[in-house]
Amino acid sequence: MSQSIPTAKQPYARIAKRGAISKRKAWAVRAGGLLAALTAGALLILALGHNPLAVYADMVNSAFGDRTGFNQLVRIAVPLLGASLAVGLAFKMRFWNIGAEGQILVGGIAATYFALFQYQNIPRPLLLITMAVVGAAAGAIWGFIPAFFRAKWGTNETLFTLMLNYVAFGFISYLQSGPWQCPIQGGFPIISMFDPVARLPRVFDIHIGWIIVLVLTVLVHFYLRKSKQGYQLSVVGQSENTARYAGMNVARIIIRTMIISGAISGLVGFMQVSGSHFTLNDTVTGGVGFTAITVAWLAQLNPLIMIIVSLFIATLTRGSIRIQTSFDIPATIASVFIGIILFFMLACEFFVNYRIVFRNTKES
Amino acid sequence: MTHAAIQTYGLTKSFDKVLANDHVSFDVQRGEILALMGENGSGKTTLMNMLSGIYFPDSGQIEVNGKGVSILSPKDAFDLGIGMVHQHFKLVDVFTATENIVLGMKGPAFLDRKAQSRQVAEICKRYGFSLDPNKKVYNMSVSEKQTVEIVKVLYRGADILILDEPTAVLTPQESERLFITLRNMKNDNKAVVIITHKLNEVLAVSDRVHILRKGKSIATVITAETNQQELTEMMVGRAVSLKIDRPVTQDKSTRLEVQGLNCVSTDGVKALHDINFTLQAGEILGVAGIAGSGQKELCEVLAGLYPVLGGSVRYHLEDGNQKEIIGMSPKEINKLGISMAFVPEDRLGMGLVPDMDMTDNVMLRHYYKGNGPFVDRKSSRKLARSLIKRLDINTPGTSTPIRRLSGGNVQKVLLGREIASHPRVLIVAYPARGLDINSSYTIYDLINEQKQQGVAILFIGEDLDVLLELADRVMVLCGGQVSGIVDAAAATKEQVGLLMTQVGESGGAI
Repeated sequence: MSQSIPTAKQPYARIAKRGAISKRKAWAVRAGGLLAALTAGALLILALGHNPLAVYADMVNSAFGDRTGFNQLVRIAVPLLGASLAVGLAFKMRFWNIGAEGQILVGGIAATYFALFQYQNIPRPLLLITMAVVGAAAGAIWGFIPAFFRAKWGTNETLFTLMLNYVAFGFISYLQSGPWQCPIQGGFPIISMFDPVARLPRVFDIHIGWIIVLVLTVLVHFYLRKSKQGYQLSVVGQSENTARYAGMNVARIIIRTMIISGAISGLVGFMQVSGSHFTLNDTVTGGVGFTAITVAWLAQLNPLIMIIVSLFIATLTRGSIRIQTSFDIPATIASVFIGIILFFMLACEFFVNYRIVFRNTKES
Repeated sequence: MTHAAIQTYGLTKSFDKVLANDHVSFDVQRGEILALMGENGSGKTTLMNMLSGIYFPDSGQIEVNGKGVSILSPKDAFDLGIGMVHQHFKLVDVFTATENIVLGMKGPAFLDRKAQSRQVAEICKRYGFSLDPNKKVYNMSVSEKQTVEIVKVLYRGADILILDEPTAVLTPQESERLFITLRNMKNDNKAVVIITHKLNEVLAVSDRVHILRKGKSIATVITAETNQQELTEMMVGRAVSLKIDRPVTQDKSTRLEVQGLNCVSTDGVKALHDINFTLQAGEILGVAGIAGSGQKELCEVLAGLYPVLGGSVRYHLEDGNQKEIIGMSPKEINKLGISMAFVPEDRLGMGLVPDMDMTDNVMLRHYYKGNGPFVDRKSSRKLARSLIKRLDINTPGTSTPIRRLSGGNVQKVLLGREIASHPRVLIVAYPARGLDINSSYTIYDLINEQKQQGVAILFIGEDLDVLLELADRVMVLCGGQVSGIVDAAAATKEQVGLLMTQVGESGGAI
């Protein structure tokens, strides 16, 4: 056969799957995605008539520039990291727990009961420990319910956990305007501020929750990597058939994991009411139960990377509050900005797995 | 001068660093059946995917009817008259044959079903298919479904047909019927390419054979001028013996006694019906049957994974005592010394965790051992390393996710792990599924080695030639019943093929 091979028209660009990609290269792609996101954000800021560099500098400055800014940053990052650990555990098992929001709230409710009505009867250390334990227990129950129904009757956990969020929200509204309403607020549906003994102590001027959540991160990391239970839940997540074949009790593992996931969320609820808000209302979560889903996936379900991602998202949140005042950029634009960045970060996972080949490029 | 139906020049396609096709040049003429042969990973599927518009070649040229073409999508392929029949059927269960065949065709807003049925019937008549155009797909056998797929391609006007492993799901009799229709197509001046690695079929049906090895075109030979041995050597690259050993063993004590086993599938149909058999030490009991005749349920019952309606499975312990294993958990059964290695259709679904590495997969059988809450990865890594060495598993290391390994290596990991726990009863289902000759023989050797050590082996297979050569006895399942147990050395393929389709008293002696 002749060696002169006629070549036909090639498509202008096509998508090719990457084979194994080195860890370093994958992170390089992600760094590229971040850069692209910042560029797109810069265009948005330019369109609004501001200097992007100045705006970015101000955002970073608002978080890391001074002591108060940093404290605020950590205050935002702590519940976010906690909730990410909780949903990350469930996601590792392919259990789509989008109910961290509700699990946090019921944890807060349980802790608040002791803060409001038992603070005079229990010495302070014991009071705080009790609040933490009942908070975690309440969250665990909120995690157990959908897990039990899924394990026994195969109900859809996504809908179930989502609906339980509304139950928790509704219950807080009831408490605010009903039995727990503050008598001295003249009819406003507000719950009293906690007595100082029911507030978390501070370390380096930030509530002690940051230590708790860092310890939790390390624990979850080892739980997933080294423990038998962590191994079981990974197997269940990948293939329930294989898990059954290996003699694992799938129902028990699903329920156990969701109890742990819910308990972590409940603990976050306790830290929010006792360390950050000093009262209970429906804004104590600040939506972290949902943002945590993004954090968990951006971190590839790796607890240690969740620390970095949580700080990053917290910086964006904190920075966008600042630029509302200093540059008069409306709050809605700030949300758009966060959306752009998250969009790019999630989209670049596509480029970790695929690449685009253009016409007439030589493939090595 | 007449042009070739398809002619390729130096087709090259690489995935990452792997050259899947390296300057492949072949041709198929009208009025001929070309067999495309090669081991797994030799690039057959990649080549076909380029012809059917799923992949685009990195370099090289395809000519159809003498004209250079670029096939950018499956639709382009179709417009050129290239029709592909895939291994896995893509049919709508609740539709009739005709509805499936006309599905997706352009036409007026209202369908003229009668005319369509007539057209379908006409195609069937022309090529000798037996197909009821108004039968619903969910009522069809595997072979009927395949017929629908082929007629679909013909209905759309394809005159170049590519069939990917068409006989993998058929009984010998059904394969024979398929070959007749393929010959009819050939006589109708169509070009037919069949992808296969079954040597006897290649010799029976094809006019020429094109052989691929490691992505390269090795040779095109005329079928009439070659033989099994020569083809194998070209495919593998060296001389191999095609004989499977059947070693003789002494110990014939009973290990497993199955009596009156019954169970139903999830949709309430009887999956197993009064199954009776015994399994002895040092023997391989082969299980034959059309796909879905109860093989999976039988395996799962013996491993404790499937609910049983009635019957008993008695396990004979070393000290002579007997134990009823029905009602035991999978873990308890495994601890008694009953291991199962089941290779499902997707190869990874049962027994292995695709995203985990080899260490974690090997750990699956003993992760719970040892005190304390933590797993012992060190000993698993050691076991993984020794398996890699002993079974010659080709992998970059113990920490590569096993979904990255090729089929043969994945199956070696699975079987190796089960053997490593020194079972007394070993259940293997489709261990050589989709494997090439070399890997298959490694697996058979491994199983024979276990047999010689006195392990009782239940071997569920699809390839009758292999079953009859490897097993001591062959039990045939048909519709969840045992239609016969035959002596493998004395039985013929036709005998077993017949038992696969009918339950009768003519089961043959044990």
